[in-house]
Amino acid sequence: MFYREAGQFKTSYRADQGILTIVQDRFVIGAFAFVAFCVVPFFINDYWANAILIHVLVYVLAALGLNILTGYCGQVSLGTGGFMAVGAYASYKLITAFPEMNFIVAILMSGGITAAVGVVFGLPSLRIKGFYLAVATLAAQFFLVWVFNKFGWFFNYSPTGMIVSPPREVFGFLVTGPQASPEARYLFCLSFVVVFALAAKNIVRGRVGRSWMAIRDMDIAAELIGIRPLEAKLTAFAVSSFYIGVAGALYFNVWLGSAEPTEAFDINQSFFVLFIIIIGGLGSILGSFLGAAFMVLVPITLKTVMVDGFGFAVGAAKHAEVMLLGTLIILFLIVEPHGLARLWQILKEKLRRWPFPY
Amino acid sequence: MRLKLLTKVLAVAAIAFPLTTAVADAYELVIPATVYRTGPYAPNGIPFANGYGDYYRMLNERDGGIEGVKIKYLECETAYNTKQGVECYENTKGEGPSGALAYQPLSTGITYQLIPKASADKIPVFSMGYGRTSAANGKVFPYIFNFPATYWDQASVFVKYIGEKEGGMDKLKGKKIALVYHNSAYGKEPIRTLEELSKKHGFDLQLLAVDHPGQEQKATWLQVRRKKPDWVMMWGWGVMNQVAIKEAASIRFPMDRFIGVWWSGSENDVLPAGEAAHGYLSGAFHAAGDNFRAHDDIKRHVYDKGNGGGDRDRIGEVLYNRGLVAAMWTAEAIRTAMRIHNTKEVTGEHVRDGFEALNVDAKRLAVLGLEGFTYPVKITCENHQGPGKVALQQWDAKEKKWNFASDFYTPDADVVGKLIAEDSANYAAENNITPRTCN
Repeated sequence: MFYREAGQFKTSYRADQGILTIVQDRFVIGAFAFVAFCVVPFFINDYWANAILIHVLVYVLAALGLNILTGYCGQVSLGTGGFMAVGAYASYKLITAFPEMNFIVAILMSGGITAAVGVVFGLPSLRIKGFYLAVATLAAQFFLVWVFNKFGWFFNYSPTGMIVSPPREVFGFLVTGPQASPEARYLFCLSFVVVFALAAKNIVRGRVGRSWMAIRDMDIAAELIGIRPLEAKLTAFAVSSFYIGVAGALYFNVWLGSAEPTEAFDINQSFFVLFIIIIGGLGSILGSFLGAAFMVLVPITLKTVMVDGFGFAVGAAKHAEVMLLGTLIILFLIVEPHGLARLWQILKEKLRRWPFPY
Repeated sequence: MRLKLLTKVLAVAAIAFPLTTAVADAYELVIPATVYRTGPYAPNGIPFANGYGDYYRMLNERDGGIEGVKIKYLECETAYNTKQGVECYENTKGEGPSGALAYQPLSTGITYQLIPKASADKIPVFSMGYGRTSAANGKVFPYIFNFPATYWDQASVFVKYIGEKEGGMDKLKGKKIALVYHNSAYGKEPIRTLEELSKKHGFDLQLLAVDHPGQEQKATWLQVRRKKPDWVMMWGWGVMNQVAIKEAASIRFPMDRFIGVWWSGSENDVLPAGEAAHGYLSGAFHAAGDNFRAHDDIKRHVYDKGNGGGDRDRIGEVLYNRGLVAAMWTAEAIRTAMRIHNTKEVTGEHVRDGFEALNVDAKRLAVLGLEGFTYPVKITCENHQGPGKVALQQWDAKEKKWNFASDFYTPDADVVGKLIAEDSANYAAENNITPRTCN
């Protein structure tokens, strides 16, 4: 009844190519953006910023990156943690070596450096596929973390190998360091995520994105119709690593503020982002948002309900949380193997026919 | 049907677990604890958390809190994970009218997270003998306390002990000392100090890293066997300790030449190796055992009423006592804060002042029922690391008991002091901090 495109005519090619072709969609997304940009900053506090919103946003960005590579181009990667580490360490080196450099430029440059590293580790994808490629990217994960742990230059020879993000401003507002306000840090991350999500949406709808999907669906057929696997796969690695690098830089600078390679960027990080895109939906931009929100919020909600609500002992609650989260993930994947994004799509279909389904 | 069953199970579970009843009427002293009762480091996290919590519970039961103000002790599970530590910190820091009064992160990673954050929020962090060593410089780190001694003190003391056993510091020349360390910020802490000391005394330092969580150490100990160091030091935590001691036993490395940091010297670490662990050494700044009056009080006021954090027969284990001593110093700091600010409604800022004026001497220890449990500690505005004294304790596998193997040594202040000044100056420069003046 409410969600129906009847009567909405497209009169130009431009309108036909829009991202949101239905008025209701535009309205809902517009309302979400309005709330996120104009309402949330008035209510945000340290807990909401640090524990929930920035946490989700950083993982949305990382998931977007991995979704481009795995969801759209079909190249399985377990190197996300390592690539996030590249982004984090590149930004650390840049902002400590050139303190006067604009922080946004530093973040984008660390994305660029990660893209270059990603391309190098993407080279094996030209010869190996599937599980074998996953193992090759796993090597990247371990190698990169080892490098950042081993060579003092990367962490400015600090005695512990820990990197600490110095305070930096954007447009006169502090966004890193302990004095940065939660509003500034949240809006900074949100702006990055919105711009990058829009860019991703447009890339995957364009020529490059189509060539990725062609490679994903059947690489031999794609080659036969004139798509060069070298170009398609390496661009996917580059763009994906760029996103993950930026996510890593935000993760370290804006969210955590300090990091050590073995803990902050370990293999669990790679799995976590992979779970996000599997739960959210492979090959879906919306799925990256839904998956990140699910994976971050469900454990915190479970914990809050069990500890604050039922008064469980914290250790028991943690064990229960791990079991419940695992069960929920399995349940979700049984109900909808294509992830939360597909669930949302089904819901939209149902909504169109409501209240007279046929 | 299934849903019903699930709700029933949940309801039963909710009743079965002790409800933390909190009456929010009176002013309470909020002390959060970032504990880890799960994950690879839980074997060490659990006894510490029990000791830490039991002491506060005992104060609540016996004295009605600190100076009559009840303590609200809040646990939050981190699984030794920094990201969950962030959530815990943000969740607990604003609790109640007092706000959190002090944090005891018990994780180097979480401590590094909290150093800038807690300083901005004006909540003291008491990283007791761990975390960032250069936080000893109170001029740069006004809210961070790492007394009674740091990793660098400990490294220096171990070298002193080795020198003594070898028959003089000049005998160290040409000796080989290996460091087996957890490959993380925590394990790397002593390296710089040991490098300086190796230059000074001319011993040969060998570094052997063990990756998280430390279950796989065959290669490490093969190297020990090949390089034949005269002494091995270890900076380990969790399951890594047990594995290392077992591996050392299996290559027949003499246990009385194997020294662990004080986080590598608890019952959990030596028991799995059985008799073979006899003679193993570790650092210590407090006694083991439950033969102190404070322990009796805990048993009587907490465990007899069924409110204990853990098993009754594990009271007095090394890590339990470490949690207890951490709670004792924190409680004394709060008491001092109440005295100098002349109010019972203290805040984080007051407690910081309490820590800086902390003076727990032998007399005070006796009053607290902990006579001879640890050494006197006096903190000042400049010096947040306290006296820095470290003793060595030795495991007696037959009696299943830790005994002191040495007196308390003082560290090599020339080497350690210089490194602290250097590292804290770096931190201040990187983060645009102007060191405050102390008077």
